[in-house]
Amino acid sequence: MTRKQKRLAVIAGGMSFIIVAVLLVMFAFSQSVAYFFMPADLAKTDVKPGTRIRLGGLVAEGSVKRGQGSTVSFTVTDGTGNVPVSYTGILPDLFREGQGVVTEGTFDAAHNFVADSVLAKHDENYMPKEVADRLKADGVWNEGKGAASQ
Amino acid sequence: MIVEIGHYALVLALAAALILAILPVIGARRGDAAMMALATTGTLATFWLVALSFAALTWAYVVSDFSVRNVWENSHSLMPLIYKYSGVWGNHEGSMMLWLLILVFFSALVAVFGRNLPDSLKANVLAVQAWITAAFLLFILLTSNPFLRLDPAPAEGQDLNPVLQDFGLAVHPPLLYLGYVGFSVCFSFAVAALIEGRIDAAWARWVRPWTLGAWTFLTAGIAMGSYWAYYELGWGGWWFWDPVENASFMPWLAGTALLHSALVMEKREALKIWTVLLAIMTFSLSLLGTFLVRSGVLTSVHAFATDPTRGIFILCILAIFIGGAFILFAWRAPMLKAGGLFAPISREGALVLNNLILTVATATVLIGTLYPLILETLTGEKISVGAPFFNMTFGLLMLPLLVAVPFGPLLAWKRGDLLGALQRLYLFAALALVAGLVFYYVQNGGPVMAIFGLALGFWGMFGAVADLWYRGNFSKVGLVVGFRRLAGLPRSVFGTAIAHFGLGVTVLGIFSATLFGTETVVEMKPRATVDAGGYSLTFDGMREAVGPNFTEERGHFTVSRGGVAIADVWSSKRLYTARRMPTTEAGIQTFGLSQLYVSLGDPMEGGGIVVRIWWKPFILCIWGGALIMMAGGFVSLSDRRLRVGAPSRKAKTVKATLEAAE
Repeated sequence: MTRKQKRLAVIAGGMSFIIVAVLLVMFAFSQSVAYFFMPADLAKTDVKPGTRIRLGGLVAEGSVKRGQGSTVSFTVTDGTGNVPVSYTGILPDLFREGQGVVTEGTFDAAHNFVADSVLAKHDENYMPKEVADRLKADGVWNEGKGAASQ
Repeated sequence: MIVEIGHYALVLALAAALILAILPVIGARRGDAAMMALATTGTLATFWLVALSFAALTWAYVVSDFSVRNVWENSHSLMPLIYKYSGVWGNHEGSMMLWLLILVFFSALVAVFGRNLPDSLKANVLAVQAWITAAFLLFILLTSNPFLRLDPAPAEGQDLNPVLQDFGLAVHPPLLYLGYVGFSVCFSFAVAALIEGRIDAAWARWVRPWTLGAWTFLTAGIAMGSYWAYYELGWGGWWFWDPVENASFMPWLAGTALLHSALVMEKREALKIWTVLLAIMTFSLSLLGTFLVRSGVLTSVHAFATDPTRGIFILCILAIFIGGAFILFAWRAPMLKAGGLFAPISREGALVLNNLILTVATATVLIGTLYPLILETLTGEKISVGAPFFNMTFGLLMLPLLVAVPFGPLLAWKRGDLLGALQRLYLFAALALVAGLVFYYVQNGGPVMAIFGLALGFWGMFGAVADLWYRGNFSKVGLVVGFRRLAGLPRSVFGTAIAHFGLGVTVLGIFSATLFGTETVVEMKPRATVDAGGYSLTFDGMREAVGPNFTEERGHFTVSRGGVAIADVWSSKRLYTARRMPTTEAGIQTFGLSQLYVSLGDPMEGGGIVVRIWWKPFILCIWGGALIMMAGGFVSLSDRRLRVGAPSRKAKTVKATLEAAE
């Protein structure tokens, strides 16, 4: 090979690696990105069973029920809509009724939400940001309530 | 009074930094020795002023002076003393103070150890450091001042976030910042070189120790943070691809690339422009990380408080420094002369491959981290990009690099012999495969593809051994002469081999813990037994205990093997009284390099409790490998050639070693 051909081969190799990376990123985005919904959104849009989403809202008062073993069911609400959620595993330390949560999982055929991860707020100063933003926008949130729940 | 002195010192430091940001640059342009010499004195003065200010804040924490707002918000008189020290940076204002302290510390190191740098380069480097210092001083004084007072002073503080009341807080942030902020020196060298419009192999030799030092500390900081999250959060995971983790990982990846490209520049005067660009990008990623973590755009345990003015201020700093550096680069880079040529199959070629893969991998992490933020800002749509995305993109892209690592050191500069390297390595590759098979067989089960993952880890380790084996020429000259030959090699050779070995160990740990680990969630009543990883765990019951500033429910477990009790595990749920905040303290039992991890859930009706038990085979390899990489960094750093401050009488030895290394 001449020097020019060699250089071309190197550049082609580098470019093809970058193209592979770009394709991988696009493929991974189409596969593994979860959209965020609140219960009220789900009334408007149809999420197919098996599609991964994040569901956020408040844990409805009096809705937490312990089932067999470590399965827990509760309702996520945002004042307008309610979604029943079941989850197997250990709930975060800060999981409580009336507090904000973000759950991630899929709907089953019976339109129950089966979560495989549940996140509660990290400390006493805030709730998951997505939830707080939306509750504020919808007027359900008020600072007094946030302070009283501490 | 002491607090006011600290506040005043900070303002004086700003004045000093502003002078320092301007005069030495003018001095360097005019060739005015007095103005350039100002850089050294001024830098040291700034360092002492910031150190004084930091000491004053620490004093306020230690004596629990709750009239200082920052102390009141983040401390408690009953808190153990070590947390009063480390609590200084366990909040937004204090952590920015630590950032600043480490920044001026590095400037001072350049001022002291940079004696044999050309005067104008040194003056410019210190001036660029002063620009960064001034920007962050302004940020602290205007938006995040830790010295503000409260009147009247409250009687008791609000306590430090319980998650942060841990030894990890004393170690993780300082190590991480030594890495993060250490890259500022590389940035300043790059910008100074662009200002001067001149760059050569000597420049690379001056920059290398700083890159190496920062990289070493960043490696330690990330590993420490990962282990801390692992044992403190009680989720059993060691890496979550959380944006905050990515924020520290991206500078590490770019810094690793920089470390390797600076090598090419030092030895062969090639890749000059690329190295300068990489130095700018690495610190830009550090700044971006600071923005992501400190501005409150992300929700995480690291975002202490959300105040929009701070976010905008850091964003401005980010825009000015990154934008400014790139404009300067675009303007000046064409003036830099391109360096030597080399064949694609050569040491340089291998290092270029390393750079290609590392930068592309950094870019995928960057995209995955920023895409949700950008999408939300532009469209309001909220998405989450989690571990599956990063495993699919970053994980796959890194595989070829892991395969290629052992080849690099065996290829010669300029023109290498791939076939020769293959001939030297195939035995080691076969050994790695056998080791993978044996490991797989012993672990009993798991996907068959796991063998290749494990072999990849062993390949990294054996490849590093192969490097030293052929350098000592053991197969031809025997052990005694071989070791004598090794002893004569420069330390950086060992540094490389040790760091590459550590990488292999980490890879092995990752594959082993992910592929062979087990997780059991089960409701346990007293006397119940669960099996995990060949051990059985018996729940003995709960007990109440009281700590200095918390109460806890402790669960006791007995670990036994073959019916014989061999260890006790305590796992507990704590309630920190001041903040009424519960935390989970996982019970961890180490067996060799593997761990049994027990985390408590909620109590059930009828006296049972939900327990989550993980078996993590060889998980300690993950952090152990990082420690080995760090050791490699230090060994390399101790290499004579890198001692920029070495007195001139050593110049001869330096030259001799250089020749020996060629």
